[in-house]
Amino acid sequence: MADDKDVLRDVWFGRIPTCFTLNPDEVTEREAEPYYLLLPRVSYLPLVTDKVKKHFLKVMRTEDVEEIWFEHEGTPLKWHYPIGVLFDFHASNTVLPWSITVHFKNFPDVDLLHCPSNSVVEAHFMSSIKEADALKHKSQVVNDMQKKDHKQLWMGLQNDKFDQFWAMNRKLMEYPTEEGGFRYIPFRIYQTTSDRPFIQKLFRPVSTEGNPHTLFDLLKEMCPDALTKDGEEKRFQVVIHGIEPLLETPLQWLSEHLSHPDNFLHICIIPTPTD
Amino acid sequence: MPASLLWAVDVHGRIYSLSSAGQQWELWRDAPMEFKRVTAAQQCCWSLGCDNGIYLNVFASDVPVRYREETYENQRWNPVDGFSERLLPSDRWQWSDVTGLQHQPLHGFQLPSSSWEWEGDWYVDENFEGEPTEKEGWTYSIDFPSTYTKDKKWNSCVRRRRWIRYRRYKAMDTWAKIPSQPMSLPDPFSDISCGGWEVTEEPRGRLSLWAVSLQGKVWFREGICHHNPEGSSWEEVPLPGEVVQISCGPGDLVWAVLWEGKLIVREGITRDCPKGLSWALVEGPSPEVGASHVSVGSSVVWAVTKDNKVWFRRGVNSHNPCGSGWISMVGEMITISVGLHDQVWAVGCEDRAVYFRQGVTFSELSGKTWRAISAPRDGERSHSSASSHQSAGRYFSGEVQAQSVVSDADSDVEKGSGDGATFTSPEPFLGSSSDPPCNPAGDAPKARIPKVTSDSFISELVSDRDQAKPSKDVRVTAAVLEEEVLPIEGEESLLCTGEALPSAESRGGPGSQWSNVDLEEAQNQQIQTGAVLDSAETCSLSSVTTFTLAGEDSYGAEEPPMWAWVSGGGCSVDSSSQLNWFSSSANTTSLTQSVQSMSLSVSPAQTAAWRRQICEQLSERSRREMDDFKHYEQAIEQSVWVKKGAMQWWRDWKPHKWIDVQFAFEQFSGPDGNKDGILFIYYNYYEEKKYLHAFINEVTILVPVLNDSKHTFAIYTDERTKQRWPIRVAAATELEMYDWLALLSVSCCESRGIRGPPSKQAIWSITCKGDVFVSEPCPALEAVPYPTPCDQMFWRQVGGHLRMVECGAGIVWGVGYDHTAWVYTGGYGGGCFQGLASSTDNIYTQTDVKSVYIYENQRWNPVSGYTSRGLPTDRYMWSNASGLRECTKTSTRPPSPQWTWVSDWAVDYSVSGGTDREGWQYAADFPATFHGYKTMKDFVRRRRWARKCKLTTTGPWQEVPPIPLSDVTVLPCAAASGTIPLWAISNKGDVLCRLGVTALTPAGSSWLHVGTDQPFKSISIGAAGQVWAIARDGSAFHRGSVSPQNPAGDCWYHIPSPAKQKLKQVSVGRTSICSVDENGNLWYRQGVTPSYPQGSSWDHISNNVRKVSVGPLDQIWIIADKVQGSQSLSCGTVCHRLGVQPIEPQGQQWDYGIGGGWDHITVRGNATEPPRITLFSQKDSAPPTSHSPPPGGDAELNGLMEAAGRDAQPSTTQRL
Repeated sequence: MADDKDVLRDVWFGRIPTCFTLNPDEVTEREAEPYYLLLPRVSYLPLVTDKVKKHFLKVMRTEDVEEIWFEHEGTPLKWHYPIGVLFDFHASNTVLPWSITVHFKNFPDVDLLHCPSNSVVEAHFMSSIKEADALKHKSQVVNDMQKKDHKQLWMGLQNDKFDQFWAMNRKLMEYPTEEGGFRYIPFRIYQTTSDRPFIQKLFRPVSTEGNPHTLFDLLKEMCPDALTKDGEEKRFQVVIHGIEPLLETPLQWLSEHLSHPDNFLHICIIPTPTD
Repeated sequence: MPASLLWAVDVHGRIYSLSSAGQQWELWRDAPMEFKRVTAAQQCCWSLGCDNGIYLNVFASDVPVRYREETYENQRWNPVDGFSERLLPSDRWQWSDVTGLQHQPLHGFQLPSSSWEWEGDWYVDENFEGEPTEKEGWTYSIDFPSTYTKDKKWNSCVRRRRWIRYRRYKAMDTWAKIPSQPMSLPDPFSDISCGGWEVTEEPRGRLSLWAVSLQGKVWFREGICHHNPEGSSWEEVPLPGEVVQISCGPGDLVWAVLWEGKLIVREGITRDCPKGLSWALVEGPSPEVGASHVSVGSSVVWAVTKDNKVWFRRGVNSHNPCGSGWISMVGEMITISVGLHDQVWAVGCEDRAVYFRQGVTFSELSGKTWRAISAPRDGERSHSSASSHQSAGRYFSGEVQAQSVVSDADSDVEKGSGDGATFTSPEPFLGSSSDPPCNPAGDAPKARIPKVTSDSFISELVSDRDQAKPSKDVRVTAAVLEEEVLPIEGEESLLCTGEALPSAESRGGPGSQWSNVDLEEAQNQQIQTGAVLDSAETCSLSSVTTFTLAGEDSYGAEEPPMWAWVSGGGCSVDSSSQLNWFSSSANTTSLTQSVQSMSLSVSPAQTAAWRRQICEQLSERSRREMDDFKHYEQAIEQSVWVKKGAMQWWRDWKPHKWIDVQFAFEQFSGPDGNKDGILFIYYNYYEEKKYLHAFINEVTILVPVLNDSKHTFAIYTDERTKQRWPIRVAAATELEMYDWLALLSVSCCESRGIRGPPSKQAIWSITCKGDVFVSEPCPALEAVPYPTPCDQMFWRQVGGHLRMVECGAGIVWGVGYDHTAWVYTGGYGGGCFQGLASSTDNIYTQTDVKSVYIYENQRWNPVSGYTSRGLPTDRYMWSNASGLRECTKTSTRPPSPQWTWVSDWAVDYSVSGGTDREGWQYAADFPATFHGYKTMKDFVRRRRWARKCKLTTTGPWQEVPPIPLSDVTVLPCAAASGTIPLWAISNKGDVLCRLGVTALTPAGSSWLHVGTDQPFKSISIGAAGQVWAIARDGSAFHRGSVSPQNPAGDCWYHIPSPAKQKLKQVSVGRTSICSVDENGNLWYRQGVTPSYPQGSSWDHISNNVRKVSVGPLDQIWIIADKVQGSQSLSCGTVCHRLGVQPIEPQGQQWDYGIGGGWDHITVRGNATEPPRITLFSQKDSAPPTSHSPPPGGDAELNGLMEAAGRDAQPSTTQRL
């Protein structure tokens, strides 16, 4: 690949083959066929499951339908995480297609946020972008944008329009040359070993000595346990968008190229598969 | 902007330069001695040595400094001998100058100094006014003095011929002493300053050099110019007082500091009198503390008072060189240097660091903050490296123990060596050294410092040091020092040896960093800021003990150097330059000047392992997660995307005017996966809603047309190209316009399946605005008899700003308006095309500078002479060239918002026709032909004012420093060997041949200068080493014997131009040679054969031609003027010659392509044979229509087309 733009493209067009099956406990009029779909990694479940919902509603009685939610091997899937993160975190080393169970009953209020409509997703997405820009540019860029620019970002994501999204998102990825990077890198680290949903702290892309920070530097500071020590078996995988970048990769570059559309770098630390 | 140098001298007299593109100070190791001061211009650097002599370093360039000596041999005819050297007694000398008044025998010519050498021997000039003469070179006349002809007639009684010999300045890149005059000057010099190059451009390379002697007198160096870099003599300038320091700016500012702290300003400096006429006195900034130092730029003055305060002088300009008042600035400095673009450098008082003033712009001359330059000096790293440690160990074998005592091994090793023989026994060095035991240079500065005037910084340092020492030396290192003091006992006696030592070492190869100069440097690193000083001086000045303590005052190898003097006179940077001089940690608070897009940030990372890994893994991921599941449904269906906006539209019907419209772009995915779209313009026509639309895949070009009032762009389809009437729309803001342009441009490319950089075959063109466009030729473009019409060519824009571009053999070079040479990097995008429309790497910052001209017009009346009161019928008293538009100094703005002023208005003397001393040109009336002198019949006069403006953009171009070019040409066909022939003309008219150009290194390595007897203006290289060039006098030349083995050929063959025409441009293809003359005629060279490459005659093809480009298939493309469109005549149209065949190389007629404001085209990369020759072309030729759209021009791209003549179309511009 000659160009970093191809990285952006690959990231954007990442798809996870998914098999939706209806929870067998649901009351149906007839048996529900599984539904197969390619889910965009960078999108959110509510944005891409209209067809799924429609498919399963056909076999259900209206009175049995409550709010839809998804579950993978017993874990409810948080709709406000990007799909790629959900997959990497819960299902990285499982067999494809990814099998998701669809529920219409017993919404797990403890685990999931309610999502009555896509405007909730939009609000969540935009607030993530704003939060990220607060870290990157003290919110200067996002505040300089107009309402329609915000809309363009959202519509780009919603309609899977790479060009439309990036025409605007580009501005969020700029930074003053002299600084060598953003003010802080917006990132979230998800760990299976932790009770906290994720780690998010302030971290600069460049060290005080002026050297670019790498993924290694970030992990060393945020979750040193994830790093393989000398002479030790590799216990954890550091996964971003389904791949394991080298730890020497500059963090600034990662933030520019491997962030999700919400402008956060979502890093999953998962146990190395034993087989 | 080419890389240029900042110069500085450190407190030890070593001279360093720092490149504007570099990151570290480079030491001038071959300097003959220590220097006190340095003053730089862009082409050379002057310095004041510790012997108080003046040294000159002329920077090597691939174009040599040559001077042509010439003399005339005169003969008279007599019946006995025929023509003989026996002249009449009343005649001129037998050998004379051109006037005959000066006796000039061949042997009378001497080289002016040892810095010159003869290039060859005397030879006879066989060119006469652009025409070749007979073999002997004689020209004939009836009598002296008279007009000469090259033909001998019956009444030719006298004849003469010119002898020529070139001499060459050889002391390039080295410090050559300026020989002192025979009438030896009364005393040595103590200060120098050069400048004045903007005062006049005639003669080329002219400089003013001012010097101050120790007695306080001021001297002016006469006669410095390009071909006489040393100047000829010193002239004393009378003074009102005793001067200690002087500063000369690039323009007409010269200020000096008097001994008592007042300042004097030179007045009356003009192009006729660069020395000026008189001095005016200016009080210093503060009544109590006198000025100690002054530095001037083009329109600023900075001064330092004796208490090291910095002052800025308000209101200084050419008309008021004294300015109006002082403003106190922050910072304490000992010396200041104002360089090009009024940028400011200074040496700090506390830390002796070099500071750069940030944020100095044309509108804010005083800048914002001081920022220390933290670039390391070369050799610093190696000094602290292990290898230097070892080599030191080898030399200083006896000292190992002493070293081991020291805590900080590295720096102390250096110190050890820096202290000379401190740790070592003297004998080995005495034994190994064949140098004289004492190096006088080391202490020369101190010894000769005449008096502690404020500007004698070296002596000042000495006094500083003495005071500073007691306090600063109280240091924890004392314990360690104790150990080391012991061996120093030996040093007093060894001092001289110690100094000689390094020179001995310097011959030793790897140890050569330990030369005399570096020895001091090594030590210097450890010296704490302000604490100080170099061994030689210190030792002789103060006790050994004191010195040692000072020397030991070490804080590690990172301590900054101590500077004494800085000169930015040759350093072409400005507030927008990106400099690598500053450490990133030090500047977090500084204002950010520019925002870099993500695409620019990662170039160095392109090849990193982590990056490859990510790319590979992403591909892997795609395979894993998607390849087997392609039959799955997509979660999100593709839909139409619409972008709308309010715009203005230049309506199609008369009266034409801008009207508000709704502009909408609908994009959708076509069945083949390619995206497509439609543009809609919704407008009201007499209350009725209507719309106009254009399919994106039919758009052939999008042309930005930026001016100071509207942000517009033009959209062409092939139909509109034919009509020369594009859709013109205007956005509300520049930003909005660029957003639309970028979006539409990407969509156009996508709809045609065009991605990535232009191919090697691409056709490049440039508009008169400097915008660069490129088109991919379809295979059928050169087909005979049915080529793809060239109005269907699709052009896309590439970032950058150029005046001309040439391609061939897979490489592309361009030349900017400021004559900077650029090489294409293989990227695409840049400029307004960012993000997705641009490649991530290979995009660089590009700048260009051009002049805007206005005219001041005056009419003579009997009462008051010439005044600005004209007749009611006259043109505006301040106007454009035509006189039709009023252009005053204040109302005239840069051509578009992209341009910013970078100079003030100045009279332009370089107008064709010549000017008088004030720049006026005279004529009987407006409008008429102007001439440069006043006659009785002249009643009006005008003069031209110029103001420079600058544009900064980005594009896939990298600068090829340092020689500015006016023309360039690349071999159009694939090169036989690996190297690609590339020739160029410098903006001075020198012919240059680029060496080392290959497909992988398109920039090549160096220029080879090809000697000529006169300046050239155009050049072209064709197949089989045919090099043709046009001289400035309009005649053509053919270069003989050019081959891969002999890339520069051997000699020029003169080719007479077509009768009564002066040629201006030439282009050579495979076998065809075409040339354009100054009257717009296109000529074809007839009769060129391999055995007779000069050809026989010029055939007329066409008129109204501005430029021609002949390609590797002998295809002929031109830029034509006066092409008929639906609404008006259009200037600057791309045209393609149809019917060009081997049997009919001149073709039959023109096909018209994009136009209206085009200025340059090159088809020399397109060697795509038409389909009938290419076997597999059937497939390729199928999609020409989907592949080949492009543009047309209209009458408004710039004001250029308005200038189109109204005369009828010449036959050559009939439509197909």
